Amino acid sequence: MNVGLEHFLTVGALLFGLGIFAVMTRRNAVGLLMGVELILNAANVNFVAFARYVEHGLDGQVVAAFVIVLAAAEAAVALAIVLAMFRNFGTVHVDAVSRLQR
Amino acid sequence: MTGDLVFYAFALLTVLSAFYVVFSRNIVHAGFGLLFTLFGVAGLYALLGADFLAVTQVIVYIGGVLVLVLFTVMMTRIPRAGSGSRGLDRFVPAGIFALMLFALLYKVIIGTTWATRAPEPAQGTTARLGAEFLTRFVFPFEFVSIVLLVAMIGAAILIREPRSQDPGAAAGDAGGDAVDKEVRS
Repeated sequence: MNVGLEHFLTVGALLFGLGIFAVMTRRNAVGLLMGVELILNAANVNFVAFARYVEHGLDGQVVAAFVIVLAAAEAAVALAIVLAMFRNFGTVHVDAVSRLQR
Repeated sequence: MTGDLVFYAFALLTVLSAFYVVFSRNIVHAGFGLLFTLFGVAGLYALLGADFLAVTQVIVYIGGVLVLVLFTVMMTRIPRAGSGSRGLDRFVPAGIFALMLFALLYKVIIGTTWATRAPEPAQGTTARLGAEFLTRFVFPFEFVSIVLLVAMIGAAILIREPRSQDPGAAAGDAGGDAVDKEVRS
């Protein structure tokens, strides 16, 4: 069976499911962010695959590039929040942090 | 076909290392597993004829985001493995939910007749992407650059030491400490 759109979409769905699972089970804030990165990559694979097999344009790739940029911004802010959390509470365990300040 | 073999190699690399990211108990090992996942996704982009995105993925994700993640792991104390209930009570519902979500997605993927057309032969996308960014997508492009700037400033403000730059607050805090000591003594 030749590799087609469905194969790429299946890889995207697997990555998405694993990312959701990581977000639901990880209690380390950094591990949680790794799950979010997996989800964003899953969406990106789908965008690029559709751009190649269905739409024949560059719009999907443009959207994927925007997603990469925003993921970088998200990672920078989220990891800064994790560091601030660690400085204020001494832990990155998300169950231990239930207030927004000391 | 060799193209199919390359696809299966990259897909296997991506999915297996993603499993490792999710199920590894050690957060450092998970971070290094994420490296292989992101690299596999870059390979999938290259297979899909998105050469610019593949290189961007390697530079931004592996060179930027992943290094940031590993730095954060380095600078924070890793919670002890025993702390918190990492038991069945959380794994089972999350596993069932993720599995059902994947089953639903897979059913849709298989059951839909996609309006696919035979893909064009791949050609370089960098010049065409640049033209798209500066013509049809020029407003989102500029907007995203502002978002990046704001995120950079926000991250710098979030992690700066709050006390050292504000002598009034520091003095007030020292006063508070003195009061605390008096109360205690």
